[in-house]
Amino acid sequence: MADLVCVICPGGCRLSAGDAIGGRGVAGARCPRGMEFARSEMGAPSRVFTGTVRVSGGALPVVPVRTNKPIGRGLLSECSRVLAGLTVSAPVGTGQVLLPDVLGTGADVIATCSVEAARRGC
Amino acid sequence: MRRSRADVVVIGAGPAGLAAASAAREVGARRVVVLERDERAGGILPQCVHTGFGLRRYGRDLAGPEYAGLELARALKSGAEVRLDCCALRLEPGGGVRRPNAVVAVSPAGLEEIRAPSVVLAMGCRERPAGSLGIPGSRVAGVMTAGTAQRLINIAGIMPGRKAVVLGSGDVGLIVARRLALEGATVAGVFEAVAWAGGLPRNVSQCLCDFGIPLFLGHTVAEVHGRARLEGVTVCEVGRDMRPVRSTAREIACDTLLLSVGLIPENELSREAGVPISPATGGPLVDECGASLTPGVYACGNAVYVHDFVDDVTTEGEIAGAAAARFALGESGDRRRDGCKMFFREGRNVRFVSPAFVRLGRGRAWPSLALRSRRPAANVTPVFRWEGGQCSGPDLEFVNPGETIRLNLPVEVRGLIESDTRRDVTVEVSLESQ
Repeated sequence: MADLVCVICPGGCRLSAGDAIGGRGVAGARCPRGMEFARSEMGAPSRVFTGTVRVSGGALPVVPVRTNKPIGRGLLSECSRVLAGLTVSAPVGTGQVLLPDVLGTGADVIATCSVEAARRGC
Repeated sequence: MRRSRADVVVIGAGPAGLAAASAAREVGARRVVVLERDERAGGILPQCVHTGFGLRRYGRDLAGPEYAGLELARALKSGAEVRLDCCALRLEPGGGVRRPNAVVAVSPAGLEEIRAPSVVLAMGCRERPAGSLGIPGSRVAGVMTAGTAQRLINIAGIMPGRKAVVLGSGDVGLIVARRLALEGATVAGVFEAVAWAGGLPRNVSQCLCDFGIPLFLGHTVAEVHGRARLEGVTVCEVGRDMRPVRSTAREIACDTLLLSVGLIPENELSREAGVPISPATGGPLVDECGASLTPGVYACGNAVYVHDFVDDVTTEGEIAGAAAARFALGESGDRRRDGCKMFFREGRNVRFVSPAFVRLGRGRAWPSLALRSRRPAANVTPVFRWEGGQCSGPDLEFVNPGETIRLNLPVEVRGLIESDTRRDVTVEVSLESQ
């Protein structure tokens, strides 16, 4: 048995998941997404990566980013290291793909905010 | 000084203020002005680069900047004026539609005064600062609130340090601990004086457990060391008297100490204007529509009480903005305090209840109550008590000080409001274990 807190939505259900992975092995979920979360946690946990990427020539030095779908939990730090070596040029638009298929996960790293180009002369 | 008139002035362009402004325009207010002292709208959201926003409202798991972008776009589309770099300095309550409130603000263009029948207070909250803790040691660099570190990393692109200790287990501290770990810094631990985490369980799980960051409950930072820059901290267990137990002291080398020891609604402006403030929440006493006890003055969002989720802030902002607009248009009667029907008071194991009172004018919906418990407890029955009676609400499996509880008003309490139209009723709400 494992005790988990569902992180899918603000509800924060306390889940118990048994060794028998499957719908009946999960207790405490108030919705199907919680059941799915518990199953995934018992097998291959995944999370949406969030962070920032450096911007050159922008009004701000960094742009906030996320992956457009969850990636393996064990890849979060590796993903951060990859993005530390990336610099994008301003302007950047919300939703713009900054790095496709990060670490071969099939997930794209997208900007979650726009950054305008810096005004010249200042 | 420039002078102008508006129907509704909103103070603060965070999610609460933007929602209030949009809703005010949508119900027919003509000129709605939002005053924002920062150079961008969105309040705290632009620095909250993590996801978890918008699940309830939009059914999507958005990052903070994305949520802010949607709300700003909606406010601008509604026709509200969003004034950036414009700081509200003073509110002078007027007392009704014929004697509007005055808001004095300053911007690079100079001083200005805007008169409006309705003002919505949406200033949000601030972090409890280092000075309020009185930790012994010198005033070294590297001691800051978790939110300051979050802004440095996510907006300015600057790492505040390489090895951090977090004091307090509020949500901001947990989220920034994860952010530091992801950026390659070491987080030696999160130290929390009480026996439970201050933040949401889901944040303890996904921010600390996922990254192997230890949480030390019943611990505190007793001393800071270093001359110019922080070099280390002394941590201790906390005794039953809530004082550090010196015999348990140990030193941790670190260059950064982050504080996540509570959020306080920001209400200097409200206090100076004489708007009655709840000692329990630190925010204005409001009814189910966000109307304060000062006519024409409304409040919403974290300026009223600290919310768990931005989705709820948006919903409450819309309710307050719509009510403010109706008042400005002369369509509602929030102008007298004798409309109050029921006051809620904090009983056993309840830190605060919001709204503080209900007015229930025509066409208003029954509100739900937002509560926070003082201590964690299991198998709890909410109890409503008034002079001559009591009833209980639905049982709760557990209550946790870090999570807001939402309760619908039991039928008995609703009946009390409806039957007794002449007398004010005070209801005490308690969260008691069975």
